Amino acid sequence: MAELTAGTLTTADGKPLKASLARAQARARRRALFLVLPLLVFVLVTFIFPIGQMLFRSIHNDSFSSNMPNVSAWFAATDPGTEPDEEAYAALAADLLLLRENRTAGEVGTRVNYDLSGSRSLFTSSARKADDLEPPFKEAIIDVDKDWDDPLLWQVMRSASSPYTLNFYLAAVDLTRDESGGITTADAQRQIYVQLFQRTLVLSALITFLTFVLGYPIAHLLATLPLRYSNLLMILVLLPFWTSLLVRTTSWIVLLQQQGVINSTLVATGIISDQNRLAMIYNQTGTIIAMTHILLPFMVLPLYSVMRPIPPSYVRAARSLGASSWKAFRSVYFPLTVPGIAAGGLLVFILAVGYYITPALVGGATGQLISNLIAYHMQESLNWSLAAALAAILLFVILVLYWIYDRLIGIDNLKLG
Amino acid sequence: MKKTLILSTAMAGFAFAASAQQVTVMSWGGAYGESQVEAYNKPFAEMKGVTVNMVDADNPATPIKAMVEANNVSVDVADVELSDAVRLCDEGLLEVIDHDALPAAPDGTPAADDFIEGALMSECAVANIVWSTIFAYDSSKFSGDAPSTIADLFDLEAFPGKRGLRKGAKANLEMALMADGVPAEEVYDMLETDEGVERAFAKLATIKDSVVWWEAGAQPPQLLADGEVSMTTAYNGRVFNAAISEGKPFEIVWDGQVMDFDLFVVPKGAPNKDLAMEYIAFATDTQRLADQAKWISYGPARLSSGPLVGLYKDGATEMGPHMPTAEENLANALVNNFEFWADNGTELEERFNAWLASN
Repeated sequence: MAELTAGTLTTADGKPLKASLARAQARARRRALFLVLPLLVFVLVTFIFPIGQMLFRSIHNDSFSSNMPNVSAWFAATDPGTEPDEEAYAALAADLLLLRENRTAGEVGTRVNYDLSGSRSLFTSSARKADDLEPPFKEAIIDVDKDWDDPLLWQVMRSASSPYTLNFYLAAVDLTRDESGGITTADAQRQIYVQLFQRTLVLSALITFLTFVLGYPIAHLLATLPLRYSNLLMILVLLPFWTSLLVRTTSWIVLLQQQGVINSTLVATGIISDQNRLAMIYNQTGTIIAMTHILLPFMVLPLYSVMRPIPPSYVRAARSLGASSWKAFRSVYFPLTVPGIAAGGLLVFILAVGYYITPALVGGATGQLISNLIAYHMQESLNWSLAAALAAILLFVILVLYWIYDRLIGIDNLKLG
Repeated sequence: MKKTLILSTAMAGFAFAASAQQVTVMSWGGAYGESQVEAYNKPFAEMKGVTVNMVDADNPATPIKAMVEANNVSVDVADVELSDAVRLCDEGLLEVIDHDALPAAPDGTPAADDFIEGALMSECAVANIVWSTIFAYDSSKFSGDAPSTIADLFDLEAFPGKRGLRKGAKANLEMALMADGVPAEEVYDMLETDEGVERAFAKLATIKDSVVWWEAGAQPPQLLADGEVSMTTAYNGRVFNAAISEGKPFEIVWDGQVMDFDLFVVPKGAPNKDLAMEYIAFATDTQRLADQAKWISYGPARLSSGPLVGLYKDGATEMGPHMPTAEENLANALVNNFEFWADNGTELEERFNAWLASN
C-alpha cells in the first residue's frame, strides 16, 4: 500500500495530480459557463419564457372567473347540469352590476363569446341595464334579454368559470361543446382551422418541392462552374437573399398583378386578350410563387455546400465503367447530395409553415396560411388563448414531422454547410 | 392576467421613454394623417413648445386594445371610429375626457351645444370629423353608363372588373343590404336578425371572387390608379385628395354612403395624459376643425366650424360639395349605427373572417 501511495502522481505543491486537474477543469467549465451565461439568460428570457407563457395561456384564461365572482361561486357550489335557479340569477344580477362598475362587461362577454358566438353583446347590453334590475331576478334578467334562459349559455358560463380549460384547443380544431358539455363539431360556417392547417401543410410541401426542382440545377451549376463564373452566379443567388423581404414581396405584386408587367406583356404580344388577364396574385398562386422565390436560397445554399466537395472523378469513374449518364447521376451523384436535399427541404418546409407576411400581402383570401390566423388572433381579435392553442398545435405538428423525418432520413444525415 | 403580460410584452414591445415634453398621436396615415399634422399637430407644437409625434395604423382602435391589455401604452391620443370608441370605453380601455373643459365656440356657444349631435356621446371621446365610406370608380374605365347607385357596386355584368372592399364586416354588410334593395333606414333592423346577416353575406358572396380586399385607407386610391380594380369602396377624403390634388379621373358615388365620426380618445395609462387632454381640447376647437377641412374633404364636428371652412389647399376648390354632409350627397345615406357595431362588431368580424378564409 505504501508503495502505491508513493506512486501517486503529485503536482509540484504536493497535491494529487488528479484532484488538481479536476479543479482546473472545473474552473475552466465555470469560465465557459460564465461566457455563455448572457446568451443563456437571453434565450431563457426572450424565448423559452414567453413561449412557455403563451403555451400556458392556451389552457388558462381567467377573464370570467376573476370578474364574475358570484356566479363562479354558484357554479362551484352546484353540480354540473343544475338548472339555474333564483339564487343563480341573483348572483348574475350582482355580477352584472360589478361588470358595469368595473367596465369589464366587454372582457367577460368576449370570453364567453369565444365558446358561444353571439353572446358578447348579451353581456355588454345587459350590464348597461344592470342598475334597473330588481328581484325576482330570474324574470327581471330574462326580461332584459331572453337569451339568458338558454341552457347552452349556462353550460358555457360554467365551463368558463374555471380558469383552466381545453376549449381553446377544441376551437382550434373546429370543435365545440354542446349543452351537456360533450364534444361536437362547430357550425359549418365557422369551420376554418382544420382546412387552414391542411392548406398550410400542403402548400408548404409544394413550395419545398418547387424550391428543390428549381434549386437543384442551380446548385449543381454553382458547384461545377469555374470559380469566376460561379462567384458571379453565387452573387445572383445571394442578392435577393440580402434584399428586404417586403421589397421582394412587393416586387412580385408589381410583376404579377392584373395590370402588372407579366400580364401587360402577355396582352401586348397577343397571347391573352385584355379581358382575360391572368389572376396570379391575391390568391394561392401568388402565395406559392412569391414564397418559392423567397425561400429558394435556403434550398440552394445547403445543396451547394454538399455538392461542392463531391469530386468530379466519381461520376467520371462511373461513366468509364459503363454507366449511362442517367445511371451515373442516379446511383453515384444523387445519393451523395441527399444530405443537402434533406437539410434544404427541412429548412424550407419549416420556414414555409410559419410564414405570414408574404401570404398576408399577396395571398388574398385563398392564399392565407394558418400563421395569418394566428397573427389575426394575436393582433386583432386579441383572442390570445386561441392563438396560443393554434401555435401549440402547429409546433406539435412540426415536431411530429421532424420525428418522422429523423426516422426516415436520420437527423445525422443533415448537412447545412 | 394583465400583470403576467408585462414581462413578455416589454421584451417584444418598443417602449417609448415617457417625457412630459411630447405627445404621441396615432391616426390613420396617408392624406388624412397629413391633414391632422398640418391643422392640429404643427400649431399645437408651436404654441406649447412640445414635440407632437404621429404614428400610423390601419385602424388605431386595434393596437389600443393590445397596448392597454399588455400595460405597454406608447401613444397618448388615438383617432378611432365611434363604435370603437364606445366599445373601448365600455371595456375600460380609455380615459374619461372632461367635456366641460372643451373650449366654447367663438360666439360663446358652449361646446356641448356646438358639437353636432352624437359627437360627444361617449364620455371617453371627442369627435373631430364626419367622414364616410363611399364607393368610387375610375371614369376612364367606363365608356357607356357610369355606376350611379350602390347596386352597381355589386353588378358584375353591367360593370365588369374587380372590386376593392375594406377587409372587414363594417360598412360592407350595410352596403350589401342596400345594394340588395333594403332601404337605408331598415338596414340595421335587418342586420339585428340572423336572416339579415345571412342576406348581407349572401350578397357579398356574389362578388367575393372578384374582390381585392384592402386594409389601409391609402390603398383604395392606389388600387384604382393601378387599374387593379374598376371600383372600390374607400374613405371619401382619400378619393377626393387623389382626384383633386393628384388629378386622377376618380368619381365618387354618394348613393349608399355610410357616414361615421372619427373621434379622439386617450388610451388608459397614456404616458402623457395631461398633455393629451390639452391636445384634444386644442385640436377640436372651432378654428382647428375648420382648418382640417382645408386639407381633406371631411366635415368638421362643430357647427361653428362650418362657416369657416373655405377652399382646399390648392386655393381653387370649394370644399362644401365634397363633404359627406352636403345636401345633394345625403339622398340615400346611412349613418353608421355605433351601438349595433359596439355590441355586434366582434362577432360579425369573426364571422366575416371565417367567411373570407373559407373557399
